[in-house]
Amino acid sequence: MPWVSYLPALAQGALVTAWITLAAIAIGAVLAFVAGIARVEGGRAVSTLALCYTELFRGTSLLVQLFWFYYALPLVGISFEPVATGILVLALHVGAYGSEIVRGALTSVSVQQLEAARALNFGRMHTLIHVTLPQAIIEMLPAFGNLAIETLKLSSLVSLISIADLTFRAQSIRNLTLDSAGVYSLTLVGYFAMSLVLMLVMRLIERWARRGAAFPRAAHS
Amino acid sequence: MMYGFTWDTATPLTYAWSILPIILIGLTVTLKAAAAGFAIALVLGLVFAMLRRSRWRSVSWTTACVVEFLRDTPLLVQLFFLYYVLPEYGLTLPAFLTGALALGLQYSAYTSEVYRGGIEAVPRGQWEAATALNMTRMQTYRDIVVPQIVPRILPAMGNYMVAMIKETPVLSVITVLDMMALANMIGERTFEYLVPLTMVGLIFLILTLICSAGLHRLQKVLPKAGIPLR
Amino acid sequence: MTEKAPAPLIQFAGVTKRFGALTVLDDFNFEVAPGEKVTLIGPSGSGKSTVLRILMTLEPFQEGRLTLAGMDYQEPGGTGPFKASERHLREIRSHVGMVFQSFNLFPHMSVMRNVAEAPVRVLGLSRDEAQARAVDLLAMVGLADKKDHFPSQLSGGQQQRVAIARALAMRPRVLLFDEPTSALDPQLVGEVLAVIGDLAHEHDLTMLLVTHEMRFAREVSDRVCFFDKGRICEQGSPEAIFTAPSHPRTCEFLASVLR
Repeated sequence: MPWVSYLPALAQGALVTAWITLAAIAIGAVLAFVAGIARVEGGRAVSTLALCYTELFRGTSLLVQLFWFYYALPLVGISFEPVATGILVLALHVGAYGSEIVRGALTSVSVQQLEAARALNFGRMHTLIHVTLPQAIIEMLPAFGNLAIETLKLSSLVSLISIADLTFRAQSIRNLTLDSAGVYSLTLVGYFAMSLVLMLVMRLIERWARRGAAFPRAAHS
Repeated sequence: MMYGFTWDTATPLTYAWSILPIILIGLTVTLKAAAAGFAIALVLGLVFAMLRRSRWRSVSWTTACVVEFLRDTPLLVQLFFLYYVLPEYGLTLPAFLTGALALGLQYSAYTSEVYRGGIEAVPRGQWEAATALNMTRMQTYRDIVVPQIVPRILPAMGNYMVAMIKETPVLSVITVLDMMALANMIGERTFEYLVPLTMVGLIFLILTLICSAGLHRLQKVLPKAGIPLR
Repeated sequence: MTEKAPAPLIQFAGVTKRFGALTVLDDFNFEVAPGEKVTLIGPSGSGKSTVLRILMTLEPFQEGRLTLAGMDYQEPGGTGPFKASERHLREIRSHVGMVFQSFNLFPHMSVMRNVAEAPVRVLGLSRDEAQARAVDLLAMVGLADKKDHFPSQLSGGQQQRVAIARALAMRPRVLLFDEPTSALDPQLVGEVLAVIGDLAHEHDLTMLLVTHEMRFAREVSDRVCFFDKGRICEQGSPEAIFTAPSHPRTCEFLASVLR
């Protein structure tokens, strides 16, 4: 069973993949909220700026962005570590797609809720933070779950800028052993397993968030 | 020099102008790959969607697993798999076809879900009426179900097509000479990546904006196109 | 028009409100004295809810003048649909509260927080103060034991009572009720009306009530206004309106709802 000997190297690669994916999701989520809220609540200048960011990063291909940051930017004197480049580009991608999710969820909160907030004389910021966002976040979770899995899959592209992630390790092992079927099957299964874990985590978060709103602690009093 | 065109690196502008023809040759490859990939995804997705609704539990369950697997693993690794493993079993395809196949496989997982949603939206009464008219399952799909779901699924399909176009640069890693590959090669030879890569990005941006505008228009036109939505 | 109070708390003078081509209020004149309890009745689409929504600054109006305690809704030189700054609107809102047809409780907050949140955030009360106030009000509406529940765990009638407590916690001078019982199952209407009926005894609270509960309107209001096509076509004491309506549209409407 030769493939057992691949496992340590692949596992190391999987760790890098996991780290890059999680970092990109975390940073991307912040960007998504900033840009999404800017789209809905910002003045004309701010929301246009956010729209440009969203369209730019949704409209150009991720691999192009990655190579652009990796090969082109250093030529004008801006360069990062490969890992930082990978995380940055993925995060910008998550932020752009996520901002659409945030915007959609914010605008889907019912008008009646906003009217109730106004009748209680809430300010704009307070309405956003305490009325709109808590309700919108629950609506965002399924879409963010899909985006997280998308990010995990797309993180494989960082292997092309020489980051030793799971795909990169698989390539190295194949070049060494020429056992394509074994290595790539294992790698696919590895990604699949990580996707399943991510899905499970997102589902738990969603269940927890929904329970908070509908069935609080005092439910059984 | 490439495809008979030489580049002029005097200024960024002359450089961009001189390599534009090369990039546009790449664009045709990009579009062909996306078109071929999407055709595969449309057919394969429908097959998956129908198998998923099969009366035999084992068939529908297996299909569900395959679709889930295709959807949850990276295109890049699927591409490597096809590119390196198929020849080991005696199936050597040109890189372009391998690439289109990989795109089609990955996206068939998405399109099958779109089909499934569309099929499930067809009221039960339609199926019962077809049964009452003694139509076969195949006839029911072809004459009753598909015509009804087409306008419903077009927008979602369009979105996936745009997404697929943006993923075609990945094919450059298996030697398909698309926009991305050509831009990289120019960059390697001139040591100037900024202009070619920016051009590729801009062309993708323009493509996406055109497609989104077209889809938007389509959504407005569709209900009037004569196929009743409800 | 009325020889009651010389200084009205609310005054609509020639207010016109349009939605696109539709005129909802047409050169509308209306006054409410401090502490007065006024019920607005009439067919749907006659503009009665719009009066409340304009008072709550949920809707702007195009022409005319509206004042609350001498304060103009529109500022001279004000911009935007409301022709007023957000600060000015918030100053007005601090005097007005509203109870909605569909309750509009915040589903992600406990009953306690629904009631105490605005006093803390908007009035600047301490948490303890606000919660003490909330406990009193919840006791008043008979829901002291539900303070840790979430809106989804309450019946419609209970939710609406919480919404009333929530509005009262802001100590408004004017409280608006927009069909507060229309979304409720018939057997839950009574508990909500009982709470509103209690409030009607509050001397200082000005109440405007849009409702289809005619018997209740008769019991609690000082004055009943019948709306038709964006105007008040008849108003007077409940006795006068319900026992001896003079306008043919009023007779027609009352005949249709009373049986």
